[in-house]
Amino acid sequence: MSWNRKHLLDIESLTADEILTVLDTARAFKAVGERAIKKVPALRGKTVVNLFIEPSTRTRTSFELSEQRLSADIINFTAEASSLKKGETLKDTARNLEALNIDFIVIRHSAAGAAHFLSRVLNAHVINAGDGAHEHPTQAFLDTFTIRERKGRIEGLNVTILGDVLFSRVARSDIWALTKLGARVTLCGPSTLVPRAFEQMGCRVTHNVEEAIRDADIINLLRIQHERQRKTMFPSINEYVQLFGLNKARLAMTKPDALIMHPGPVNRGVEIDSDIADSGRSLILEQVTNGLAVRMAALFLVNGGKGPQEISSV
Amino acid sequence: MPDSSIILNATALARALTRVAHEIAERNEAGDEVVLVGIQRGGVSLAGRLSVILADIWNHPVPTGSLDVGMHRDDLDRRAAPDIHPTVIPFDVSGRTVVLVDDVLFSGRTIRAAMDALNDFGRPKRIQLAVLIDRGHRELPIKADFVGKNVPTSLTEKIHVRISEPGVEDEVTLERK
Repeated sequence: MSWNRKHLLDIESLTADEILTVLDTARAFKAVGERAIKKVPALRGKTVVNLFIEPSTRTRTSFELSEQRLSADIINFTAEASSLKKGETLKDTARNLEALNIDFIVIRHSAAGAAHFLSRVLNAHVINAGDGAHEHPTQAFLDTFTIRERKGRIEGLNVTILGDVLFSRVARSDIWALTKLGARVTLCGPSTLVPRAFEQMGCRVTHNVEEAIRDADIINLLRIQHERQRKTMFPSINEYVQLFGLNKARLAMTKPDALIMHPGPVNRGVEIDSDIADSGRSLILEQVTNGLAVRMAALFLVNGGKGPQEISSV
Repeated sequence: MPDSSIILNATALARALTRVAHEIAERNEAGDEVVLVGIQRGGVSLAGRLSVILADIWNHPVPTGSLDVGMHRDDLDRRAAPDIHPTVIPFDVSGRTVVLVDDVLFSGRTIRAAMDALNDFGRPKRIQLAVLIDRGHRELPIKADFVGKNVPTSLTEKIHVRISEPGVEDEVTLERK
């Protein structure tokens, strides 16, 4: 096992061995969450700032609870309440926070590269909780953790990512993690949202949903990110539901042991039929539970990391 | 080339474990409230071995678990994060006598972390400590109740314990630098 990084900025620069170290460590933290006393003193006396410049409920709550279970002290910053609204730059906000002697910054920002930028100007450990459409590393950890727990392995599995890939940081982080761990990744969705350029990341691109899901062991659905789309990328939601929505007829074409994942928030009746989201094939709530374990593992590992940080180009 | 010498061979190690088990039995006459908890990694197989010998002495099985203290260490921000191994305590420790088992007692910091970690599982009636080797150099006021062998060492020396590893003889060696 190996981890000596000071920050968690992206999946792209991690090795398969480092990803597996996080997943193995997360297994022990999942067990902590199942005890009567769900707290360990690993980050006692450390202060974590959750700097969420872009709205988020799920990821922020998950990070907050992970930090509390590691006994850290927490400060929460949201976009509405911060001085960024008053014209302060991100660098000044972060340096002001650091002047309070904080140890970790967990940052969610609408600009790709925001976490990398902070890691260059601060001494604190920086954890990327999502930067624009670039990466969302802890989501990739929880997705691969969930797949490995349910399927026993990742290598050799067929994983299909279906939906708005173009605007999805989850898709990018998942593609990096899954391909590094030896899965075969297929991307599918409207051609405007799943351009052929993604083949350069080592995955297959198809615009035929039946073909994409037929051999899949895992189908990972993505929401249409209206907030990131500057112009309409397809004619109508109804057409999207008809052509790409996961309904019962399409589910019947999949392998009987194919499992359904979704990073949330779910738009029921759009990318996924409401009954399928609640069925035994759906891992959606397990993903939420596992999110805590992988975030605890990431904070725990980064805390001990002293090594030079290799920063991939953004 | 580091120079290495054998402190305990397989026979001596087995004899030391049998003696430690009898000492545990002598100290805890009512064996039914004793549970063994091995500290990851070295203490786990030792706890398993002691559990077999004690079950023989008391004529009933002795509950045995494993405890990883990595999340409770006091140096987590000074070194790379330790590997975390499973903590399995499939019984209630409240009101029981917990015998913590480790291979080598050194600074005592692992034992402090173990007592801290154990608190999250309940309130033991008492905690006792059994170690195979006590090499000295304590940094905390901690003392073992049962010791297989006292080995005075210098700080530069290393002790290697090999126990219950497939295909190799049990052995404890001292490596001089």
